[in-house]
Amino acid sequence: MKRPPKHAPSRIASTDDLRAFQRMMASAITRPLTADDKLQPRWIDGRAMDKVAAEFIKPNDRLTSFERLQLYNRMYWFRLFDAIRDDCPGLLAALGERAFGRLTQAYLARHPSRSFTLRDLCSRLERFILEEPRLTAPRTALAAEIARFEWAQTVAFDGPARPVIAASHLARTPPSRLRIGLQPYITLLELRHPIDTYVIAVKRRDALRSEASNTPGAAAVHRAFRRAALPRPRRTHVAVHRHNNRLFYKRLDPAAFRILEALGSGSTLSRAIAAGGPRVTPAQVKAWFGSWMALGWFCAYGNKRRRAAS
Amino acid sequence: MPANRFNGHSDYGIGIGLRVPHYSHILSKKPVVDWFEIISENFMVEGGRPLQLLDTILEQYRVVQHGVSMYFGSADKPDRTHLKRLKGLVKRTKTPWLSDHLCWGSVDGTYTHDLLPMPYTFAAARRTAEKIRQIRDYLEVPICVENVSSYAEFHASEMTEWEFLTEVVELADCGILLDVNNIYVSSKNHGFNPYDYVNNVPHHRVGQMHIAGHTKFEKYILDTHDHPVLDPVWKLYAHATRLCGITATLLEWDDKIPSFDEVHGEALKANEFIDGAKKAAV
Repeated sequence: MKRPPKHAPSRIASTDDLRAFQRMMASAITRPLTADDKLQPRWIDGRAMDKVAAEFIKPNDRLTSFERLQLYNRMYWFRLFDAIRDDCPGLLAALGERAFGRLTQAYLARHPSRSFTLRDLCSRLERFILEEPRLTAPRTALAAEIARFEWAQTVAFDGPARPVIAASHLARTPPSRLRIGLQPYITLLELRHPIDTYVIAVKRRDALRSEASNTPGAAAVHRAFRRAALPRPRRTHVAVHRHNNRLFYKRLDPAAFRILEALGSGSTLSRAIAAGGPRVTPAQVKAWFGSWMALGWFCAYGNKRRRAAS
Repeated sequence: MPANRFNGHSDYGIGIGLRVPHYSHILSKKPVVDWFEIISENFMVEGGRPLQLLDTILEQYRVVQHGVSMYFGSADKPDRTHLKRLKGLVKRTKTPWLSDHLCWGSVDGTYTHDLLPMPYTFAAARRTAEKIRQIRDYLEVPICVENVSSYAEFHASEMTEWEFLTEVVELADCGILLDVNNIYVSSKNHGFNPYDYVNNVPHHRVGQMHIAGHTKFEKYILDTHDHPVLDPVWKLYAHATRLCGITATLLEWDDKIPSFDEVHGEALKANEFIDGAKKAAV
Protein backbone atom coordinates (compact mmCIF):
# COMPACT_ATOMS: atom_id res chain seq x y z
CA MET A 1 0.00 0.00 0.00
CA LYS A 2 1.30 3.45 -0.86
CA ARG A 3 1.99 5.95 1.87
CA PRO A 4 -1.18 7.67 3.09
CA PRO A 5 -1.68 11.42 2.66
CA LYS A 6 -0.66 13.71 5.52
CA HIS A 7 -4.33 14.48 6.14
CA ALA A 8 -7.48 12.65 5.04
CA PRO A 9 -9.26 14.67 2.33
CA SER A 10 -12.00 16.82 3.82
CA ARG A 11 -14.02 16.49 0.58
CA ILE A 12 -14.23 13.49 -1.67
CA ALA A 13 -14.98 14.89 -5.09
CA SER A 14 -12.99 12.53 -7.29
CA THR A 15 -11.67 8.98 -7.49
CA ASP A 16 -8.25 10.31 -6.46
CA ASP A 17 -9.80 11.80 -3.31
CA LEU A 18 -11.50 8.49 -2.63
CA ARG A 19 -8.20 6.63 -3.04
CA ALA A 20 -6.44 9.06 -0.69
CA PHE A 21 -9.21 8.59 1.89
CA GLN A 22 -8.99 4.81 1.57
CA ARG A 23 -5.18 4.85 1.92
CA MET A 24 -5.57 6.88 5.10
CA MET A 25 -8.13 4.60 6.69
CA ALA A 26 -6.52 1.34 5.54
CA SER A 27 -3.15 2.52 6.90
CA ALA A 28 -4.80 3.28 10.23
CA ILE A 29 -6.66 0.01 10.63
CA THR A 30 -3.73 -2.16 9.52
CA ARG A 31 -1.26 -0.55 11.94
CA PRO A 32 -0.13 -3.09 14.55
CA LEU A 33 -2.05 -3.03 17.83
CA THR A 34 -0.42 -2.01 21.10
CA ALA A 35 0.53 -4.69 23.61
CA ASP A 36 -2.90 -4.39 25.20
CA ASP A 37 -4.70 -4.69 21.85
CA LYS A 38 -5.47 -1.01 21.34
CA LEU A 39 -5.04 1.46 18.51
CA GLN A 40 -1.60 3.05 18.68
CA PRO A 41 -1.74 6.45 20.40
CA ARG A 42 0.51 8.10 17.79
CA TRP A 43 0.14 8.31 14.02
CA ILE A 44 3.06 7.53 11.70
CA ASP A 45 4.12 11.21 11.69
CA GLY A 46 4.04 11.43 15.50
CA ARG A 47 0.74 13.30 15.83
CA ALA A 48 -1.75 12.19 18.47
CA MET A 49 -3.95 9.50 16.94
CA ASP A 50 -7.13 10.86 18.49
CA LYS A 51 -6.58 14.11 16.55
CA VAL A 52 -5.86 12.24 13.31
CA ALA A 53 -8.96 10.04 13.71
CA ALA A 54 -11.12 13.09 14.44
CA GLU A 55 -10.08 14.62 11.11
CA PHE A 56 -12.08 12.06 9.14
CA ILE A 57 -14.26 10.00 11.51
CA LYS A 58 -17.27 11.47 13.26
CA PRO A 59 -17.69 10.74 16.96
CA ASN A 60 -21.12 9.89 18.35
CA ASP A 61 -22.68 10.27 21.78
CA ARG A 62 -21.03 7.03 23.00
CA LEU A 63 -17.76 6.63 21.11
CA THR A 64 -14.97 9.01 20.16
CA SER A 65 -13.52 9.02 16.66
CA PHE A 66 -10.50 7.20 18.07
CA GLU A 67 -12.68 4.47 19.59
CA ARG A 68 -14.61 3.98 16.37
CA LEU A 69 -11.41 3.61 14.39
CA GLN A 70 -10.06 1.27 17.06
CA LEU A 71 -13.01 -1.09 16.50
CA TYR A 72 -11.93 -1.57 12.89
CA ASN A 73 -8.25 -1.80 13.87
CA ARG A 74 -9.01 -4.62 16.31
CA MET A 75 -11.35 -6.45 13.96
CA TYR A 76 -8.66 -6.40 11.24
CA TRP A 77 -6.00 -7.94 13.44
CA PHE A 78 -8.24 -10.41 15.24
CA ARG A 79 -9.60 -11.66 11.90
CA LEU A 80 -6.13 -12.19 10.45
CA PHE A 81 -4.76 -13.72 13.65
CA ASP A 82 -7.67 -16.18 13.66
CA ALA A 83 -7.01 -17.10 10.04
CA ILE A 84 -3.33 -17.82 10.70
CA ARG A 85 -4.11 -19.80 13.85
CA ASP A 86 -6.53 -21.93 11.85
CA ASP A 87 -3.94 -22.61 9.16
CA CYS A 88 -0.92 -23.06 11.44
CA PRO A 89 -1.87 -25.06 14.56
CA GLY A 90 1.50 -26.82 14.50
CA LEU A 91 3.47 -23.59 14.45
CA LEU A 92 1.34 -22.19 17.26
CA ALA A 93 1.91 -25.29 19.37
CA ALA A 94 5.67 -25.24 18.76
CA LEU A 95 6.18 -21.55 19.53
CA GLY A 96 3.57 -20.97 22.20
CA GLU A 97 1.01 -18.16 22.28
CA ARG A 98 3.34 -15.27 22.99
CA ALA A 99 6.04 -15.98 20.41
CA PHE A 100 3.41 -16.97 17.83
CA GLY A 101 1.61 -13.66 18.42
CA ARG A 102 4.85 -11.68 17.98
CA LEU A 103 5.72 -13.59 14.83
CA THR A 104 2.33 -13.23 13.16
CA GLN A 105 2.01 -9.53 13.96
CA ALA A 106 5.46 -8.84 12.51
CA TYR A 107 4.72 -11.04 9.48
CA LEU A 108 1.42 -9.37 8.68
CA ALA A 109 2.91 -5.92 9.20
CA ARG A 110 5.59 -6.77 6.60
CA HIS A 111 3.34 -8.84 4.34
CA PRO A 112 -0.26 -7.66 4.52
CA SER A 113 -2.68 -9.70 2.45
CA ARG A 114 -2.33 -9.17 -1.30
CA SER A 115 -5.02 -11.68 -2.19
CA PHE A 116 -8.82 -11.54 -2.19
CA THR A 117 -8.78 -14.73 -0.12
CA LEU A 118 -7.38 -15.40 3.34
CA ARG A 119 -6.35 -18.82 2.02
CA ASP A 120 -3.13 -17.26 0.71
CA LEU A 121 -2.22 -15.50 3.94
CA CYS A 122 0.61 -17.87 4.96
CA SER A 123 2.23 -18.25 1.55
CA ARG A 124 5.30 -16.22 2.59
CA LEU A 125 5.50 -17.22 6.24
CA GLU A 126 8.35 -19.73 5.94
CA ARG A 127 10.54 -17.22 4.12
CA PHE A 128 9.74 -14.53 6.69
CA ILE A 129 10.68 -16.84 9.56
CA LEU A 130 14.08 -17.42 7.96
CA GLU A 131 14.55 -13.71 7.27
CA GLU A 132 13.72 -12.76 10.88
CA PRO A 133 15.21 -15.55 13.00
CA ARG A 134 15.11 -13.46 16.21
CA LEU A 135 11.31 -13.85 16.28
CA THR A 136 11.47 -17.64 16.59
CA ALA A 137 14.87 -18.24 18.19
CA PRO A 138 15.95 -20.79 19.29
CA ARG A 139 13.45 -22.78 17.24
CA THR A 140 13.82 -21.01 13.90
CA ALA A 141 14.73 -24.07 11.83
CA LEU A 142 11.87 -26.06 13.31
CA ALA A 143 9.42 -23.17 12.91
CA ALA A 144 10.37 -22.69 9.26
CA GLU A 145 9.84 -26.39 8.56
CA ILE A 146 6.44 -26.40 10.24
CA ALA A 147 5.38 -23.29 8.29
CA ARG A 148 6.49 -24.94 5.05
CA PHE A 149 4.59 -28.11 5.95
CA GLU A 150 1.41 -26.27 6.89
CA TRP A 151 1.47 -24.24 3.67
CA ALA A 152 1.87 -27.51 1.76
CA GLN A 153 -1.37 -28.66 3.40
CA THR A 154 -3.17 -25.60 2.04
CA VAL A 155 -1.87 -26.37 -1.45
CA ALA A 156 -2.87 -30.02 -1.15
CA PHE A 157 -6.36 -29.12 0.07
CA ASP A 158 -7.54 -27.05 -2.87
CA GLY A 159 -4.70 -26.75 -5.36
CA PRO A 160 -5.37 -27.59 -9.00
CA ALA A 161 -5.32 -31.14 -10.34
CA ARG A 162 -4.32 -32.07 -13.89
CA PRO A 163 -5.60 -35.06 -15.86
CA VAL A 164 -3.89 -38.21 -14.62
CA ILE A 165 -1.47 -39.65 -17.12
CA ALA A 166 -2.35 -43.11 -18.45
CA ALA A 167 -0.06 -46.08 -17.87
CA SER A 168 -0.17 -46.75 -21.61
CA HIS A 169 1.49 -43.36 -22.17
CA LEU A 170 4.38 -44.42 -19.98
CA ALA A 171 4.75 -47.64 -21.89
CA ARG A 172 4.68 -45.89 -25.28
CA THR A 173 7.64 -43.58 -24.73
CA PRO A 174 11.21 -44.75 -24.11
CA PRO A 175 12.40 -43.91 -20.57
CA SER A 176 15.28 -41.90 -21.99
CA ARG A 177 12.80 -39.48 -23.58
CA LEU A 178 9.85 -39.70 -21.20
CA ARG A 179 9.14 -36.74 -18.92
CA ILE A 180 6.33 -36.95 -16.36
CA GLY A 181 4.79 -34.12 -14.38
CA LEU A 182 3.73 -34.29 -10.75
CA GLN A 183 0.26 -33.10 -9.76
CA PRO A 184 0.48 -29.44 -8.75
CA TYR A 185 -1.23 -30.13 -5.42
CA ILE A 186 1.68 -32.37 -4.29
CA THR A 187 4.53 -30.85 -2.28
CA LEU A 188 7.67 -32.90 -1.72
CA LEU A 189 9.39 -32.01 1.54
CA GLU A 190 12.83 -32.94 2.74
CA LEU A 191 12.76 -32.08 6.43
CA ARG A 192 15.18 -32.17 9.33
CA HIS A 193 12.36 -33.08 11.71
CA PRO A 194 9.41 -35.49 11.43
CA ILE A 195 6.93 -32.63 11.08
CA ASP A 196 4.19 -34.92 9.79
CA THR A 197 3.90 -36.90 13.01
CA TYR A 198 4.22 -33.71 15.06
CA VAL A 199 1.34 -32.03 13.20
CA ILE A 200 -0.77 -35.17 13.59
CA ALA A 201 -0.06 -35.13 17.34
CA VAL A 202 -1.01 -31.47 17.60
CA LYS A 203 -4.25 -32.02 15.71
CA ARG A 204 -5.08 -35.01 17.89
CA ARG A 205 -4.37 -32.99 21.01
CA ASP A 206 -6.55 -30.12 19.76
CA ALA A 207 -9.37 -32.55 18.99
CA LEU A 208 -9.13 -34.06 22.48
CA ARG A 209 -9.12 -30.61 24.04
CA SER A 210 -12.19 -29.73 22.06
CA GLU A 211 -13.99 -32.90 23.11
CA ALA A 212 -12.97 -32.36 26.73
CA SER A 213 -14.03 -28.75 26.86
CA ASN A 214 -17.50 -29.43 28.24
CA THR A 215 -16.56 -32.10 30.72
CA PRO A 216 -16.01 -31.67 34.46
CA GLY A 217 -12.34 -31.10 35.19
CA ALA A 218 -11.77 -29.73 31.72
CA ALA A 219 -9.02 -27.43 32.97
CA ALA A 220 -6.94 -30.39 34.11
CA VAL A 221 -7.42 -32.06 30.76
CA HIS A 222 -6.35 -28.86 29.01
CA ARG A 223 -3.18 -28.75 31.07
CA ALA A 224 -2.45 -32.37 30.20
CA PHE A 225 -2.77 -31.62 26.50
CA ARG A 226 -1.09 -28.26 26.58
CA ARG A 227 1.86 -29.26 24.51
CA ALA A 228 2.65 -32.00 22.03
CA ALA A 229 6.29 -33.01 22.44
CA LEU A 230 8.49 -31.11 20.02
CA PRO A 231 9.98 -33.36 17.35
CA ARG A 232 13.59 -34.41 17.71
CA PRO A 233 15.80 -33.98 14.65
CA ARG A 234 15.42 -36.84 12.19
CA ARG A 235 15.81 -36.55 8.44
CA THR A 236 12.35 -37.11 6.99
CA HIS A 237 11.08 -37.24 3.44
CA VAL A 238 7.38 -36.76 2.94
CA ALA A 239 4.87 -35.91 0.22
CA VAL A 240 1.90 -33.77 1.28
CA HIS A 241 -0.89 -34.67 -1.12
CA ARG A 242 -4.56 -35.50 -1.41
CA HIS A 243 -6.40 -38.61 -2.45
CA ASN A 244 -10.14 -38.72 -3.10
CA ASN A 245 -10.04 -35.07 -1.96
CA ARG A 246 -8.75 -35.95 1.49
CA LEU A 247 -5.45 -34.65 2.82
CA PHE A 248 -2.62 -37.16 3.34
CA TYR A 249 1.05 -37.20 4.27
CA LYS A 250 3.07 -39.99 2.67
CA ARG A 251 6.50 -40.89 4.00
CA LEU A 252 8.99 -41.56 1.24
CA ASP A 253 12.18 -43.53 1.10
CA PRO A 254 15.02 -41.04 0.44
CA ALA A 255 15.73 -42.66 -2.92
CA ALA A 256 12.05 -42.48 -3.87
CA PHE A 257 12.05 -38.83 -2.86
CA ARG A 258 15.02 -38.12 -5.12
CA ILE A 259 13.30 -39.83 -8.04
CA LEU A 260 10.12 -37.80 -7.59
CA GLU A 261 12.10 -34.61 -7.12
CA ALA A 262 13.99 -35.26 -10.33
CA LEU A 263 10.78 -35.96 -12.24
CA GLY A 264 9.24 -32.79 -10.83
CA SER A 265 12.17 -30.73 -12.03
CA GLY A 266 11.96 -32.10 -15.57
CA SER A 267 14.36 -35.02 -15.71
CA THR A 268 13.58 -37.87 -18.05
CA LEU A 269 12.36 -41.07 -16.45
CA SER A 270 15.71 -42.83 -16.87
CA ARG A 271 17.63 -39.90 -15.37
CA ALA A 272 15.15 -39.63 -12.52
CA ILE A 273 15.55 -43.30 -11.67
CA ALA A 274 19.31 -42.87 -11.79
CA ALA A 275 18.93 -39.97 -9.33
CA GLY A 276 17.58 -42.51 -6.86
CA GLY A 277 21.09 -43.92 -6.50
CA PRO A 278 22.86 -47.20 -7.26
CA ARG A 279 21.19 -49.17 -4.47
CA VAL A 280 17.70 -48.80 -5.86
CA THR A 281 16.49 -52.11 -7.22
CA PRO A 282 14.13 -52.61 -10.19
CA ALA A 283 11.63 -54.20 -7.80
CA GLN A 284 11.62 -51.07 -5.63
CA VAL A 285 11.14 -48.82 -8.63
CA LYS A 286 8.26 -50.96 -9.83
CA ALA A 287 6.58 -50.91 -6.43
CA TRP A 288 7.01 -47.17 -5.98
CA PHE A 289 5.72 -46.28 -9.40
CA GLY A 290 2.80 -48.64 -8.95
CA SER A 291 1.86 -46.86 -5.74
CA TRP A 292 2.29 -43.36 -7.22
CA MET A 293 0.27 -44.27 -10.30
CA ALA A 294 -2.51 -45.66 -8.10
CA LEU A 295 -2.54 -42.38 -6.17
CA GLY A 296 -2.87 -40.42 -9.41
CA TRP A 297 0.28 -38.43 -8.80
CA PHE A 298 1.43 -38.18 -12.41
CA CYS A 299 0.23 -35.82 -15.09
CA ALA A 300 1.59 -34.63 -18.40
CA TYR A 301 4.87 -32.79 -18.00
CA GLY A 302 4.92 -29.06 -18.71
CA ASN A 303 1.51 -27.84 -17.58
CA LYS A 304 2.22 -27.73 -13.91
CA ARG A 305 2.50 -24.98 -11.36
CA ARG A 306 4.44 -26.48 -8.52
CA ARG A 307 6.34 -24.80 -5.78
CA ALA A 308 9.89 -25.79 -5.00
CA ALA A 309 9.66 -26.82 -1.39
CA SER A 310 12.66 -28.86 -0.45
CA MET B 1 -41.65 -8.20 -6.35
CA PRO B 2 -40.81 -11.86 -5.83
CA ALA B 3 -39.22 -12.07 -9.25
CA ASN B 4 -37.57 -9.16 -10.96
CA ARG B 5 -34.74 -8.44 -13.35
CA PHE B 6 -32.36 -7.95 -10.44
CA ASN B 7 -32.69 -11.54 -9.26
CA GLY B 8 -32.87 -13.11 -12.68
CA HIS B 9 -36.69 -13.27 -12.58
CA SER B 10 -36.36 -16.09 -10.11
CA ASP B 11 -38.89 -16.86 -7.43
CA TYR B 12 -36.81 -18.24 -4.59
CA GLY B 13 -38.14 -18.69 -1.09
CA ILE B 14 -36.22 -18.91 2.15
CA GLY B 15 -32.63 -20.07 2.07
CA ILE B 16 -29.74 -20.51 4.42
CA GLY B 17 -26.00 -20.15 4.07
CA LEU B 18 -24.06 -23.29 3.12
CA ARG B 19 -21.62 -23.74 6.01
CA VAL B 20 -18.98 -26.39 6.82
CA PRO B 21 -20.54 -27.75 10.05
CA HIS B 22 -23.67 -28.69 8.09
CA TYR B 23 -22.01 -30.43 5.15
CA SER B 24 -22.35 -33.98 6.43
CA HIS B 25 -25.98 -33.46 7.48
CA ILE B 26 -26.90 -32.01 4.10
CA LEU B 27 -25.11 -34.73 2.15
CA SER B 28 -26.49 -37.61 4.22
CA LYS B 29 -30.03 -36.39 5.05
CA LYS B 30 -30.71 -34.32 1.93
CA PRO B 31 -33.06 -31.93 3.77
CA VAL B 32 -35.58 -29.91 1.78
CA VAL B 33 -34.27 -26.36 1.51
CA ASP B 34 -35.45 -23.73 -0.97
CA TRP B 35 -31.90 -22.65 -1.76
CA PHE B 36 -28.41 -22.24 -0.39
CA GLU B 37 -26.30 -19.13 -0.47
CA ILE B 38 -22.59 -19.82 -0.90
CA ILE B 39 -19.72 -17.49 -0.16
CA SER B 40 -18.18 -17.23 -3.62
CA GLU B 41 -14.61 -16.90 -2.35
CA ASN B 42 -14.79 -20.27 -0.56
CA PHE B 43 -15.22 -21.95 -3.93
CA MET B 44 -12.97 -19.78 -6.09
CA VAL B 45 -10.28 -22.42 -5.82
CA GLU B 46 -8.71 -24.61 -8.46
CA GLY B 47 -9.51 -28.07 -7.14
CA GLY B 48 -9.97 -30.38 -4.20
CA ARG B 49 -12.82 -30.95 -1.81
CA PRO B 50 -14.51 -27.54 -2.03
CA LEU B 51 -15.37 -27.96 -5.69
CA GLN B 52 -16.32 -31.62 -5.27
CA LEU B 53 -18.71 -30.65 -2.50
CA LEU B 54 -20.15 -27.78 -4.49
CA ASP B 55 -20.84 -30.03 -7.47
CA THR B 56 -22.66 -32.49 -5.21
CA ILE B 57 -24.77 -29.69 -3.74
CA LEU B 58 -25.53 -28.32 -7.21
CA GLU B 59 -26.95 -31.68 -8.26
CA GLN B 60 -29.73 -31.30 -5.72
CA TYR B 61 -30.11 -27.68 -4.67
CA ARG B 62 -30.44 -24.18 -6.03
CA VAL B 63 -27.44 -22.07 -5.16
CA VAL B 64 -26.94 -18.31 -5.15
CA GLN B 65 -23.51 -16.73 -4.95
CA HIS B 66 -22.70 -14.10 -2.35
CA GLY B 67 -19.30 -12.44 -2.37
CA VAL B 68 -17.26 -10.73 0.32
CA SER B 69 -14.28 -9.32 -1.55
CA MET B 70 -15.37 -7.61 -4.75
CA TYR B 71 -15.21 -4.25 -2.97
CA PHE B 72 -17.33 -2.27 -5.42
CA GLY B 73 -16.45 0.88 -3.47
CA SER B 74 -12.67 0.56 -3.59
CA ALA B 75 -11.02 3.17 -5.77
CA ASP B 76 -8.85 0.43 -7.31
CA LYS B 77 -9.83 -1.02 -10.67
CA PRO B 78 -11.48 -4.45 -10.57
CA ASP B 79 -8.95 -7.26 -10.32
CA ARG B 80 -9.09 -9.18 -13.61
CA THR B 81 -7.79 -12.42 -12.11
CA HIS B 82 -10.42 -12.27 -9.41
CA LEU B 83 -13.15 -11.57 -11.98
CA LYS B 84 -12.02 -14.42 -14.21
CA ARG B 85 -12.21 -16.89 -11.34
CA LEU B 86 -15.57 -15.50 -10.28
CA LYS B 87 -16.94 -15.86 -13.79
CA GLY B 88 -15.81 -19.48 -13.83
CA LEU B 89 -17.77 -20.07 -10.66
CA VAL B 90 -20.83 -18.26 -12.03
CA LYS B 91 -20.82 -20.64 -14.99
CA ARG B 92 -20.49 -23.60 -12.64
CA THR B 93 -23.30 -22.63 -10.27
CA LYS B 94 -25.58 -20.94 -12.82
CA THR B 95 -26.47 -18.50 -10.08
CA PRO B 96 -29.50 -16.44 -11.18
CA TRP B 97 -28.03 -13.37 -9.53
CA LEU B 98 -24.89 -12.51 -7.65
CA SER B 99 -24.50 -10.29 -4.62
CA ASP B 100 -21.66 -8.49 -2.89
CA HIS B 101 -21.38 -5.55 -0.55
CA LEU B 102 -21.63 -1.80 -0.95
CA CYS B 103 -18.31 -1.18 0.72
CA TRP B 104 -14.60 -1.02 0.17
CA GLY B 105 -11.83 -3.15 1.65
CA SER B 106 -8.72 -2.96 -0.48
CA VAL B 107 -6.42 -0.22 -1.67
CA ASP B 108 -3.36 -0.44 -3.92
CA GLY B 109 -3.88 -4.21 -4.02
CA THR B 110 -3.66 -4.67 -0.24
CA TYR B 111 -6.68 -6.39 1.27
CA THR B 112 -8.14 -5.73 4.72
CA HIS B 113 -10.67 -8.59 4.45
CA ASP B 114 -13.23 -6.31 6.05
CA LEU B 115 -16.41 -4.69 4.72
CA LEU B 116 -15.50 -1.06 5.30
CA PRO B 117 -18.12 1.69 5.11
CA MET B 118 -18.06 4.19 2.29
CA PRO B 119 -17.87 7.93 2.56
CA TYR B 120 -21.33 8.82 1.23
CA THR B 121 -20.39 11.28 -1.51
CA PHE B 122 -21.56 11.75 -5.08
CA ALA B 123 -18.08 11.10 -6.48
CA ALA B 124 -17.82 7.85 -4.53
CA ALA B 125 -21.28 6.83 -5.76
CA ARG B 126 -20.30 7.49 -9.38
CA ARG B 127 -17.07 5.49 -9.06
CA THR B 128 -18.86 2.63 -7.31
CA ALA B 129 -21.66 2.49 -9.88
CA GLU B 130 -19.14 2.52 -12.71
CA LYS B 131 -17.38 -0.51 -11.21
CA ILE B 132 -20.64 -2.39 -10.67
CA ARG B 133 -21.54 -1.85 -14.33
CA GLN B 134 -18.11 -3.04 -15.50
CA ILE B 135 -18.27 -6.13 -13.32
CA ARG B 136 -21.84 -6.99 -14.30
CA ASP B 137 -21.01 -6.60 -17.98
CA TYR B 138 -18.06 -8.95 -17.58
CA LEU B 139 -19.86 -11.54 -15.46
CA GLU B 140 -23.10 -11.38 -17.48
CA VAL B 141 -25.28 -11.95 -14.42
CA PRO B 142 -27.56 -9.54 -12.50
CA ILE B 143 -25.94 -7.98 -9.44
CA CYS B 144 -27.51 -7.03 -6.12
CA VAL B 145 -25.49 -4.84 -3.76
CA GLU B 146 -25.85 -5.32 -0.03
CA ASN B 147 -25.86 -2.57 2.57
CA VAL B 148 -23.25 -3.29 5.27
CA SER B 149 -23.36 -2.79 9.01
CA SER B 150 -20.98 -0.08 10.15
CA TYR B 151 -19.34 1.36 13.22
CA ALA B 152 -18.01 4.63 11.83
CA GLU B 153 -19.29 7.63 9.87
CA PHE B 154 -17.20 10.16 8.02
CA HIS B 155 -17.07 13.95 7.96
CA ALA B 156 -16.74 13.83 4.18
CA SER B 157 -20.20 12.25 3.69
CA GLU B 158 -22.69 14.36 1.75
CA MET B 159 -25.84 12.26 2.22
CA THR B 160 -27.41 9.51 4.32
CA GLU B 161 -26.52 5.87 3.78
CA TRP B 162 -29.87 5.08 2.16
CA GLU B 163 -29.50 8.04 -0.18
CA PHE B 164 -26.05 6.78 -1.12
CA LEU B 165 -27.36 3.26 -1.71
CA THR B 166 -30.14 4.68 -3.88
CA GLU B 167 -27.70 6.86 -5.83
CA VAL B 168 -25.42 3.91 -6.53
CA VAL B 169 -28.10 1.42 -7.60
CA GLU B 170 -29.84 3.97 -9.81
CA LEU B 171 -26.57 4.93 -11.54
CA ALA B 172 -25.54 1.29 -11.89
CA ASP B 173 -29.07 0.12 -12.68
CA CYS B 174 -28.57 -2.84 -10.38
CA GLY B 175 -30.47 -4.54 -7.60
CA ILE B 176 -30.34 -4.35 -3.82
CA LEU B 177 -29.72 -7.11 -1.34
CA LEU B 178 -31.47 -5.48 1.59
CA ASP B 179 -29.91 -6.67 4.84
CA VAL B 180 -32.43 -5.63 7.46
CA ASN B 181 -30.19 -6.74 10.32
CA ASN B 182 -27.41 -4.50 9.01
CA ILE B 183 -29.86 -1.60 8.81
CA TYR B 184 -30.88 -2.20 12.40
CA VAL B 185 -27.27 -2.51 13.64
CA SER B 186 -26.17 0.66 11.85
CA SER B 187 -29.25 2.55 13.03
CA LYS B 188 -28.30 1.85 16.64
CA ASN B 189 -24.64 2.67 16.06
CA HIS B 190 -25.37 5.92 14.24
CA GLY B 191 -28.67 7.00 15.74
CA PHE B 192 -31.04 7.00 12.78
CA ASN B 193 -34.50 5.52 12.39
CA PRO B 194 -34.22 2.16 10.60
CA TYR B 195 -37.73 2.61 9.17
CA ASP B 196 -36.59 5.78 7.41
CA TYR B 197 -33.94 3.66 5.71
CA VAL B 198 -36.35 0.93 4.60
CA ASN B 199 -39.00 3.45 3.53
CA ASN B 200 -36.64 5.39 1.31
CA VAL B 201 -34.79 2.82 -0.77
CA PRO B 202 -36.16 1.96 -4.24
CA HIS B 203 -38.29 -1.06 -3.36
CA HIS B 204 -38.61 -2.27 -6.92
CA ARG B 205 -34.84 -2.91 -6.98
CA VAL B 206 -34.78 -5.24 -3.98
CA GLY B 207 -33.91 -8.68 -5.30
CA GLN B 208 -33.04 -10.40 -2.02
CA MET B 209 -33.08 -9.83 1.73
CA HIS B 210 -30.77 -10.92 4.53
CA ILE B 211 -31.71 -11.53 8.14
CA ALA B 212 -29.28 -12.37 10.95
CA GLY B 213 -28.53 -12.08 14.64
CA HIS B 214 -26.34 -9.46 16.26
CA THR B 215 -24.71 -8.79 19.63
CA LYS B 216 -25.30 -5.77 21.84
CA PHE B 217 -22.40 -4.24 23.72
CA GLU B 218 -22.50 -1.30 26.08
CA LYS B 219 -21.71 1.37 23.51
CA TYR B 220 -22.38 -0.28 20.17
CA ILE B 221 -23.89 -3.29 18.40
CA LEU B 222 -21.80 -5.76 16.43
CA ASP B 223 -23.06 -7.69 13.43
CA THR B 224 -21.92 -11.08 14.73
CA HIS B 225 -24.23 -13.54 12.93
CA ASP B 226 -24.00 -15.82 15.96
CA HIS B 227 -27.53 -15.56 17.37
CA PRO B 228 -31.13 -16.10 16.33
CA VAL B 229 -32.75 -13.07 14.72
CA LEU B 230 -33.89 -10.55 17.32
CA ASP B 231 -37.45 -9.22 17.49
CA PRO B 232 -36.73 -5.67 16.26
CA VAL B 233 -35.08 -7.15 13.17
CA TRP B 234 -38.08 -9.41 12.48
CA LYS B 235 -40.35 -6.38 12.74
CA LEU B 236 -38.18 -4.46 10.33
CA TYR B 237 -38.17 -7.47 8.00
CA ALA B 238 -41.97 -7.62 8.10
CA HIS B 239 -42.11 -3.91 7.25
CA ALA B 240 -39.62 -4.34 4.39
CA THR B 241 -41.59 -7.30 3.05
CA ARG B 242 -44.78 -5.24 3.03
CA LEU B 243 -43.02 -2.54 1.01
CA CYS B 244 -40.90 -4.66 -1.32
CA GLY B 245 -43.12 -7.70 -1.73
CA ILE B 246 -42.23 -11.24 -0.85
CA THR B 247 -38.56 -11.51 -1.66
CA ALA B 248 -35.95 -14.27 -1.64
CA THR B 249 -34.72 -14.26 1.95
CA LEU B 250 -31.62 -15.72 3.52
CA LEU B 251 -30.66 -16.25 7.16
CA GLU B 252 -26.96 -15.66 7.88
CA TRP B 253 -25.53 -17.67 10.78
CA ASP B 254 -21.74 -17.71 10.61
CA ASP B 255 -20.39 -18.17 14.12
CA LYS B 256 -21.30 -20.50 17.00
CA ILE B 257 -23.28 -22.35 14.35
CA PRO B 258 -25.92 -24.69 15.84
CA SER B 259 -27.43 -27.75 14.18
CA PHE B 260 -28.73 -27.59 10.64
CA ASP B 261 -32.30 -28.01 11.88
CA GLU B 262 -31.98 -25.11 14.29
CA VAL B 263 -30.59 -22.79 11.64
CA HIS B 264 -33.17 -23.85 9.08
CA GLY B 265 -35.97 -23.56 11.64
CA GLU B 266 -34.88 -20.03 12.48
CA ALA B 267 -34.87 -19.10 8.79
CA LEU B 268 -38.34 -20.54 8.26
CA LYS B 269 -39.74 -18.18 10.89
CA ALA B 270 -39.64 -15.65 8.06
CA ASN B 271 -42.74 -17.42 6.71
CA GLU B 272 -44.83 -15.93 9.54
CA PHE B 273 -43.96 -12.45 8.34
CA ILE B 274 -44.39 -13.35 4.71
CA ASP B 275 -47.88 -14.68 5.49
CA GLY B 276 -48.60 -11.44 7.33
CA ALA B 277 -47.52 -9.46 4.28
CA LYS B 278 -49.75 -11.61 2.05
CA LYS B 279 -52.79 -11.00 4.26
CA ALA B 280 -52.09 -7.29 4.35
CA ALA B 281 -51.94 -7.25 0.57
CA VAL B 282 -55.36 -8.92 0.18
